[in-house]
Amino acid sequence: MTVQGAVLRALRKPRGTAPQGFGKTNRRDRWAIYPIVQGLVFTICAGYLTFSGIFWGPLFGPQVVESQGYLSPLFSPLILFKDMPWWLSPGLLILWIPIGFRATCYYYRKAYYRFYFADPPGCAVGEPTVHRRFKLENAFPFILQNLHRYMLYLAFIPLFFLWIDVIKAFADWDAAGVAHPRIGFGAVLFLVNTTLLTGYSLSCHSLRHLVGGRIDCFSCTRARRVRHTLWERLTDLNRNHMWWAWTSLITVTLADVYVRLLGAGLTDPAIRF
Amino acid sequence: MSQVHLKVFRGEPGEAPRYDEFDVPVEEGMVVLDALHWIQGNAAPDLAVRWNCKAAKCGSCSGEVNGRPRLMCKTRLSDFAPGEPITVEPMRAFPLVRDLVSDVSWNYEVNKSIQAFTPPANKPQSEWRWQQEDIERVQEYRKCIECFLCQDVCHVLRNHETDTPFMGPRFLVRTAGLEMHPIDAADRRGYLKDVGGIGYCNITKCCTEVCPEHIKITDNAIIPLKERVADEFYDPIQWAWRKLRGKPAAGAAGTPLPMLAGASMSAQPMSPPEPALPAPPARTAPEVKRPRRRSDAGDETASEG
Repeated sequence: MTVQGAVLRALRKPRGTAPQGFGKTNRRDRWAIYPIVQGLVFTICAGYLTFSGIFWGPLFGPQVVESQGYLSPLFSPLILFKDMPWWLSPGLLILWIPIGFRATCYYYRKAYYRFYFADPPGCAVGEPTVHRRFKLENAFPFILQNLHRYMLYLAFIPLFFLWIDVIKAFADWDAAGVAHPRIGFGAVLFLVNTTLLTGYSLSCHSLRHLVGGRIDCFSCTRARRVRHTLWERLTDLNRNHMWWAWTSLITVTLADVYVRLLGAGLTDPAIRF
Repeated sequence: MSQVHLKVFRGEPGEAPRYDEFDVPVEEGMVVLDALHWIQGNAAPDLAVRWNCKAAKCGSCSGEVNGRPRLMCKTRLSDFAPGEPITVEPMRAFPLVRDLVSDVSWNYEVNKSIQAFTPPANKPQSEWRWQQEDIERVQEYRKCIECFLCQDVCHVLRNHETDTPFMGPRFLVRTAGLEMHPIDAADRRGYLKDVGGIGYCNITKCCTEVCPEHIKITDNAIIPLKERVADEFYDPIQWAWRKLRGKPAAGAAGTPLPMLAGASMSAQPMSPPEPALPAPPARTAPEVKRPRRRSDAGDETASEG
């Protein structure tokens, strides 16, 4: 061990008098409600989406991923190839990107560190003493959170295809490939979903950094002034990153449920021209 | 005249802490600190409480009210339900001095370890120029009143026993103010990673929730710093790009956090840093040798085409 390492090891903050142990606190408000509700909604949505996109097909056989001209956002772009193994859902080829993007998201970290890891369960609330030596984002696996920017880059790929799906959703396509314009409930749902997903991606902290946050002197060159303007716009979006994160997670869930309902026989209410 | 019932933490290091209870008459507009002053004046003259401006600007009267870190001068008694007892404690993340006073001196030692504002060696002060757009971000960080509520609520400082130091949100804010300053030439990213322990922050945003100055600590200071550290240490593409261009990696600027004697509840004197450690860089030295930064003109071609 180096001398510096030995010194650093000894440089811990002197211990205070805070109550230690899971859930120990003198707070009197209902601090647990917020992380529990957040965690449950997240678990339900993420659990459903993972099951639907990855496990449904292999477990229950052929599944509906496209119906009445609507392709579920979990499978877009639809990748199918010859001799595809039975256990491989086309969703798996896409979903790892949004899963990775959300798993490393700065906002979701707050939600799942609290709910799943109780690290901490709430502000000024004691956590399990087993946490005391956790290295958090200094060591594997959580050090991988630093790759969030790469998940961001990749997230724009399915987003591009989702916008194509939105455009396609505003038409009935006949066998000859001719489009008949329509405004269906599904198309509106897809439009809202993709808009929210775009807002979620554009409000990303990493994007805000890459666009302008890494610059110290905004006024030094004309290009930096442009980047400053972009950074300001993204900062406006970033203020509501939590809102974008939750609404887009819920609408993507609803969009997939809707496509499955259409596949089960529901008719998409639409105005046709 | 109505009353509030206060349960006040009392004790010294080594004693079993106790809660003394007081009924305090309430007048309109009273805050928790007023109630404590009433107790000092009428019931317990030996009650220790630290305060100064009573205007939420000096950051002295930090404590925990009903378990939540708050400024006592900014916490109105009328915010609590009638009849609800109000528990007042010191900041529990720090060692106790006495009653409601905790020893926050560790924070000042951490502060010393951050490399101070370092202007470029080849630019005299008369030539410093910047625009409002350059400095707006930094102005938010300068609102900090050093109440240390963010340090108190941070679960890493409060609950964890880290192998390596963690400087805490207050000093990440200060470092952000220096790192993002348009004139500053030092590179603190190595320091943030290896000495400041920025990787311990897991973005739970408690620091932002308690900040009485409403600084968006996590979103505007810690996350941008984490991204800057990722630029330097966790981004293989940028690493390869730097290698291609022959740019050196950032060094650990600043000094190691100072050695603290012991880790008990009592206030401990500070020991000087180990002599074997590298000497701290001169704060006022005009000669600054540094790697070219991402914000230098050379980067402009890389990132802006």
